[in-house]
Amino acid sequence: MPQSAEKVLDHELLFREPEYQQIFASKRAQFENKHSDAKVDEVRDWTKTKEYQEKNFAREALTVNPAKACQPLGAVYVANGFHKTLSFVHGSQGCVAYYRSHFSRHFKEPTSCVSSSMTEDAAVFGGLNNMIDGLANSYNLYKPEMIAVSTTCMAEVIGDDLDAFIKNAKQKGSVPADFDVPFAHTPAFVGSHITGYDNAILGVLKHFWDGKSKTAEPLVRVPNDSINFIGGFDGFVVGNMKEIKRIFDLFEIDYTVLCDPSGAWSTPTDGEFRMYQGGTTKAEVERALHAKATIVFQEYCCEKTTKYLHEKGHEVVVLNAPVGVAGTDQLVMALSRLSGKPVPAQLELERGLLVDAMADSQAHLHGKRFALYGDPDQLIGYTQFLLELGAEPVHVLATNGGEDWADKVKALLAASPYGQNGKVYPKRDLWHLRSLLFTDPVDFVIGNTYGKYLERDTGTPLVRLVFPIFDRHHYHRFPTWGYEGGMRVLVTLLDEFFETLDANTNVPSKTDYSFDIIR
Amino acid sequence: MSVTVEEQKAANKALIEEVLKAYPEKMAKKRVKHLGTYESGKPDCGVKSNIKSLPGVMTIRGCAYAGSKGVVWGPIKDMVHISHGPVGCGQYSWSSRRNYYIGTTGIDTFVTMQFTSDFQEKDIVFGGDKKLDKIIDEIQALFPLNKGISIQSECPIGLIGDDIEAVSKRKSKELGGHTIVPVRCEGFRGVSQSLGHHLANDAIRDWVFEGKTQKAPEFEATPYDVAIIGDYNIGGDAWSSRILLEEMGLRVIAQWSGDGTIAELENTPKAKLNLLHCYRSMNYISRHMEEKYGIPWVEYNFFGPTQIEKSLREIAAHFDDSIKAKTEAVIAKYKPLMEAVIAKYKPRLAGKKVMLFVGGLRPRHVIGAYEDLGMEVVGTGYEFAHNDDYQRTTHYIKDGTLIYDDVTGYEFEQFVEKVKPDLVGSGIKEKYVFQKMGVPFRQMHSWDYSGPYHGYDGFAIFARDMDMAISSPIWSLTKAPWKAAA
Repeated sequence: MPQSAEKVLDHELLFREPEYQQIFASKRAQFENKHSDAKVDEVRDWTKTKEYQEKNFAREALTVNPAKACQPLGAVYVANGFHKTLSFVHGSQGCVAYYRSHFSRHFKEPTSCVSSSMTEDAAVFGGLNNMIDGLANSYNLYKPEMIAVSTTCMAEVIGDDLDAFIKNAKQKGSVPADFDVPFAHTPAFVGSHITGYDNAILGVLKHFWDGKSKTAEPLVRVPNDSINFIGGFDGFVVGNMKEIKRIFDLFEIDYTVLCDPSGAWSTPTDGEFRMYQGGTTKAEVERALHAKATIVFQEYCCEKTTKYLHEKGHEVVVLNAPVGVAGTDQLVMALSRLSGKPVPAQLELERGLLVDAMADSQAHLHGKRFALYGDPDQLIGYTQFLLELGAEPVHVLATNGGEDWADKVKALLAASPYGQNGKVYPKRDLWHLRSLLFTDPVDFVIGNTYGKYLERDTGTPLVRLVFPIFDRHHYHRFPTWGYEGGMRVLVTLLDEFFETLDANTNVPSKTDYSFDIIR
Repeated sequence: MSVTVEEQKAANKALIEEVLKAYPEKMAKKRVKHLGTYESGKPDCGVKSNIKSLPGVMTIRGCAYAGSKGVVWGPIKDMVHISHGPVGCGQYSWSSRRNYYIGTTGIDTFVTMQFTSDFQEKDIVFGGDKKLDKIIDEIQALFPLNKGISIQSECPIGLIGDDIEAVSKRKSKELGGHTIVPVRCEGFRGVSQSLGHHLANDAIRDWVFEGKTQKAPEFEATPYDVAIIGDYNIGGDAWSSRILLEEMGLRVIAQWSGDGTIAELENTPKAKLNLLHCYRSMNYISRHMEEKYGIPWVEYNFFGPTQIEKSLREIAAHFDDSIKAKTEAVIAKYKPLMEAVIAKYKPRLAGKKVMLFVGGLRPRHVIGAYEDLGMEVVGTGYEFAHNDDYQRTTHYIKDGTLIYDDVTGYEFEQFVEKVKPDLVGSGIKEKYVFQKMGVPFRQMHSWDYSGPYHGYDGFAIFARDMDMAISSPIWSLTKAPWKAAA
C-alpha cells in the first residue's frame, strides 16, 4: 500500500508505485485496444520528419493548438481597465465562465464579468429581453458606474443590435437614461482577442467622445499638452502599468492611461473583496480627447482605434510593444519629443544599468537560437530584444498575425546579422511549430504555458514570456516593458539558460566536469 | 455558543431575505425559489433547479459545450475531439480539467490538445460543412492513429444550419467505418452544462453503441466485469477508485470517461454492473444500458472512508460471496491508513464549518469526507443540478443546511460574509474572491491541482489539503498588526 498518513503521496509519485503501474498495464493490455508500441514509435518518429512537416504545413482547414483566443476575451480585458466598470457580455453564458476562468488562472485574481445568458428562445426571438433584464440585474446587484457591453458569437450570428437594445433597455428603465453603457460588437469568428481589445476600447472612446450614442452632445476637442497611453492586451499588465506610469511620472508628463486593468488584477488579501479597483475613470476618458498625442503601445491591438485617434486630431505614436534597450529608447524618445522634456536622468541611469547587465551576460545568450510565438506586437518587441542581445530568432510565429505583421518582422530580421536564419510564420499554430522544432531545432522556445507540450515533445526548454501563464505564479506582477522590464526579461532568459545548462551537466562522473560553480 | 437548528433556520431565512433585497422585485421572486434551508424529512432540498439563469447576475454556470466536450467526450483519450466553431471555446477549455491519462499525446492520444475549426466570417456566411469535411481528412492524414473523431458543436453550428450529421455519416463511410460522432452541444442549448451531458450521452448511444462504425474486438466477458461510469479521472480519481474495485476481485472493463478509450465504451454493454459515480452527467447512458442491455447500475461514493466502505459493500452485494469476502479484506486492509489519516487531521479540523458550491455530484458526495474529519457542511448548492440531485442530497445533509441553487456571485459573497465558514469549496472563479476575504478555499472541481481525492489513497490527500488550506499561517496575516490592534 503506497499511501501513508505520515508522508502523503501526491499524484506525481502515487501513480508511479507498482500497484498503480500494474493496473495501468492490465487496463491497457485487456481493454484499450491500443496500437502496438512499435506502431506508436513509428508514427512518433514520422511526425519528426520533413515529410510530415510538409503535410502539416499543407493544412488548409484544421487548426491544432493555436496561440490565440477570441474577441470577447479582449473586450473583457478592456472593460476591466475602466473604473468601477462591469463587463457585460451579451450572448451565451458559458463563454463568460470561460473568460473569467481564463483570466483568473493567469492572474490568480478574481475576474468579474456577467453574461446576458441567452438560450434557445433568444436564438429564435433575439436577446432583447436578456439585455433588458440583464442590465437591470447587473446595475442593481453590482452597483457599477459603467457597464461595458460586448458580444459572443451567438449574439453576432443572430444579428442582435447592441445600440438599439441598450437604448430599448434604458427606455424600459433597466438603468438610468444617463447611465454609461458603451458597447462593442466582438464577433469571435473575426480576428482574435486583440481585435476584441481594439473594438472594445474604440467602443468606450466613441461613447464618451462622440455623444454617447446620440444621447449627449459630442465633446469638442480643445488640445492640451497631455499625452495618452494605450497599452494593448498584455498578460504582464500588473507589472507593466506600474512601470509605464513610473516612466511618465519621471518625465513629469501630464498623461492618461486609457484602459488600465492593473488595479482590478492586483488587489490585496486583507479581508475585503474589491470587485472594482483602479482603472481609468470616465472623467479621464473624456479628458483624454484633448490630449495632443496618444501612444499606442501595440499596433495590432489598436488598428481601428489608431485610425479613430487620427481622425480626432491626435498625433498617434504607434509602437510594436518595444522592449529591451533600443525598444525602450524608442518609447522614451517619443515621450521626450512629445513633451519637449529631456529624458530624465533616472531613466538614463536605468538604461545604463540594463546595458551593463546585458554586457555582463551577453556571452551566454549570444548565438543562441530561439523560437518564439505569441501576439504579433509582443513578438516584434521580443525579436528586437533578442537581436540586440546577439541571440538568433529562428522561428517567429503568430496564429493571429497577418502578412503585414510578417513583413515587419522580416524587415527586422533582415536588418541584423543575427536575424539571417530567421523565418516568420503568420497564421500558424503550435502544431506547425512542433514540426519546425524537429526539423530545424533551436535552443529555447519563448511562449506561454502551452509551450510546455512543445518542450516535452521536442526537448526544447521553454521560457514563459507570453500570456497565458497558468503553471507559474506571479510573473504578471513584474514588468517586461521599460528598462526595468528589459532587466526582468533578460533575467528570465538567463535563468532558463542556466537551469538548462546545469540540468545538462549534472551527471556525476559523466558530465559534471562542466557543472560549474561560477558561470 | 451553539445555535439550535430552529435558530439556524430562522437565521438562514433572514439572510436569504436580506440578500434578495438587492434584486429588482421581479427577479427576487425568481431567485427566492432557488434559495432555502433543508428541512429534515422532506424529500428534496426545497429549491427549484435546472431553470434558466437570470441574465446579468454573474451565474457560475457554463454551457452545453462545456458539458459535452469539457466533461463527457474530452477525456476519451484515443479520439480527436474537434471544437467546431470559433477558436475561443476550445482555447479556454484546453487542458483545464485535469483529466489524467496514459498515452503518447499527439500520436495515439489527444486529450490535452486543442483541435478547432477556427471559424472565420466566411464559414458563418457560407456554412462550415465543407471545412469540416476537409478537417476530417486532415486529421486522418496527420493523426493516423486516432480511433475516432467527435465533433463538438459551438454556438454558431446550430444557428447557421450546418448538417454535421450528414458530414459525419459520409466521412465515416468514406473512411471505412471510422468512428465519427457529431454532438449538438451548442452553448445556447439548455440552461447549463447539464444538457451537454445529456446530449453527449445520447451521442454515445446513437453513434457508438448503435452506430454503423467499426467496433473494437470484443473480449471474453467474466462474471465480475464492471464499468466505472462518471469518473473523469481528475488528478487520477478513477485510478484510485479502480485499484479498490480490482482488489475486491472485480474486473473494470471500462472507464467513462477519464483515461477512457473508444474500445472501452464499445465494450461496456458486456458489463455485469455499471458503477455510477457522477449521476448527473452519466445517468442517461446508465439507464439506457439498463433498458437496452439489462445491465443494472449502482450509484457509489468514493469520498471519505465512511462512504467508501458503504459503497464497497453495496457494490459487493451484487456479486457472490468470494467478492464480498475480498471486499471485507479490502476494507480491513485500508482501515489502519484511514485511522492514521483521521488521527492526524481530525484534531486540527474538528468543528470547522464548510460551504460548498460545485457541480455534478460533489455538493453532496464530498460531505461524508468532511464529516469523517469532524467538519460540518453548513451550506451547499449545485451549479446545474436537477431535482433528482436535490433529492439525493437529503441523504447527506443536516437539518437546517443552507441551500443555494445556481448561486450568483452576489449571493455567494453575501452568504459567506454572513455565515463565516472556515472553508469554502468551489471553483476557480470563486477562489480568489473568498481568499481576498480571508476565507480559506479549495477548488473542488480541479482539486486545486492536487488529487486524487477518490478512494482511500485519495482521502489521505483530501485530508492533508483541507488541513493545509485551513491551517495555513497565511490567514493570520491578512490584518496588518497596526490595524488588528485597533
